[in-house]
Amino acid sequence: MSIIELKNVTYQYPLDSEAIIKEIDLSIENGKVYGLIGNNQAGKTTLCNIMRGFIPEMFLGELTGTVMYKEKAIQQYNIGALAAEIGYSSQNPFTQISGVKDTVEEEIAYGMENIGISPEIMEQKVQELIELFKLEELKEKNPFELSGGQKQRVALASIVALDPEVVILDEPTSQLDPQSTEEIFEIIAMLKKQGKTIIVVEHKVDLLAEYCDEIVLLEDGRIVKNGSAHQVLSDPDILEHGGALPQVSLFYLKHLKQNTSVPITMAEAIRKLMGGVSQ
Amino acid sequence: MSILTLENVSFSYPNGFEATRNVSAEFQLGEAVAIIGQNGAGKTTTVKLMNGLLRPTQGRVLIDEKETNSLTTAQMAKRVGYVFQNPDDQIFQDSIEKEIAFGPKKQKLDASIVQTRVQEAAEACGLENVLQEHPYNLPYSKRKFITIAAVMAMDPEVVILDEPTAGQDRESTELLGGLIKSLTKKNKTVITITHDMEFVTKEFHRVLVFAEKKLQKEGTPREIFWDEELLQRSALKQPYICQLANALGYQEVMTMDELEKRITA
Repeated sequence: MSIIELKNVTYQYPLDSEAIIKEIDLSIENGKVYGLIGNNQAGKTTLCNIMRGFIPEMFLGELTGTVMYKEKAIQQYNIGALAAEIGYSSQNPFTQISGVKDTVEEEIAYGMENIGISPEIMEQKVQELIELFKLEELKEKNPFELSGGQKQRVALASIVALDPEVVILDEPTSQLDPQSTEEIFEIIAMLKKQGKTIIVVEHKVDLLAEYCDEIVLLEDGRIVKNGSAHQVLSDPDILEHGGALPQVSLFYLKHLKQNTSVPITMAEAIRKLMGGVSQ
Repeated sequence: MSILTLENVSFSYPNGFEATRNVSAEFQLGEAVAIIGQNGAGKTTTVKLMNGLLRPTQGRVLIDEKETNSLTTAQMAKRVGYVFQNPDDQIFQDSIEKEIAFGPKKQKLDASIVQTRVQEAAEACGLENVLQEHPYNLPYSKRKFITIAAVMAMDPEVVILDEPTAGQDRESTELLGGLIKSLTKKNKTVITITHDMEFVTKEFHRVLVFAEKKLQKEGTPREIFWDEELLQRSALKQPYICQLANALGYQEVMTMDELEKRITA
């Protein structure tokens, strides 16, 4: 079942001379992990804002086509209520922090306070999230004192706190070191196990290959590829459209000159190459 | 002769939090050096000590083998340019052109030289067609290039880039790589903090690894990425191609070309 459905969606920002999102059809199915890739300025963030109903609610400009959430037009939802169902972490962790809370603990609880969760449940939940996101040492700190990577983890914890059905993450690991990046993807995998639907905008295709079911490649406001992670991330054609290939696929395609059953993950590549390379 | 030297440098914030401990390192003109390590390992603090944004609580920072204690931050910044991790901490003008021109203007250069500097820096950073735009009309990842151009326009001998690869797409990462090469060709020193290990392997001659507030090791990418004990201690991983080679039993491989040769040999 699709939880979010876009039909022929076009959107233009008020001061722009052309549309940034062009005739997009996209069906986001319940319980899957989607990787949204493409060049900077391909329209990825705008598409995220459309899928969570933030556009057109909070932006001027013209949106045509239909956006459905749970089979109902997204405009029919109250934007506040929708924010609790579709969690979103913005690209720039430096602007995500609320600015009204003095500690990391309070920051994580802030969203829950707003939707009226009881203090006991809130405290327990904050504790769980602090463990899950490895924030123990930081919980008393002012969110503004944190490094970019730490802010990014706090921002994500604040979203998961609201227990949304859909989680949209716009470059959640851009400021993170490799280990923290993997940890974020492990959290994504955990959210998937809980039945959540996840959409992640990310340039690190090697990790998308490991964790995503589906990949959507956007170029200049249009969807140019949309398919299983395997289909899209083993297709050298995506390089011509601002996409990137995982290192192992690239190696297989460009160096071993093999075009069939191209591995996209490290484990697959090792398995295949252990058997030797057929010339 | 080293253009920049850190001698047993430590730094603690006024609240007592120690961010970097006893770091010694030397940097030569014309080299590209990567700094890697976990978030919170002391990387940004260390580079801020290099251009006077922070002053060591212990140890010395030397530029051209001369003590920098008596120099103001503005004087140091002329020679060691620092591009902030968050571009929004740096940008304050209302057009990209003004933002890039601000530094050279402050250096009281002739208008024609300022003009040339702005043009060159903008071209190197792919901004030549958007000079009249407001910096905030560009997305975060492109704003980073504005701040790089602004530092380049001051023509410092050392350019420090703090996580320039964060949030960049493949094309922009390639643009960054080209930019670093062109700077080192002009005999500039480029010091770059990054989490992108493929980028490190491709663009840098020397790597410094930080963990737990300390410099753990310096060496070539090969010396760093095949030191498994170091990687474990520093919570780092090999670049993907090294991982693949390692699993297949080919030691010391760094590039796809090398791995191809080993596999097809």
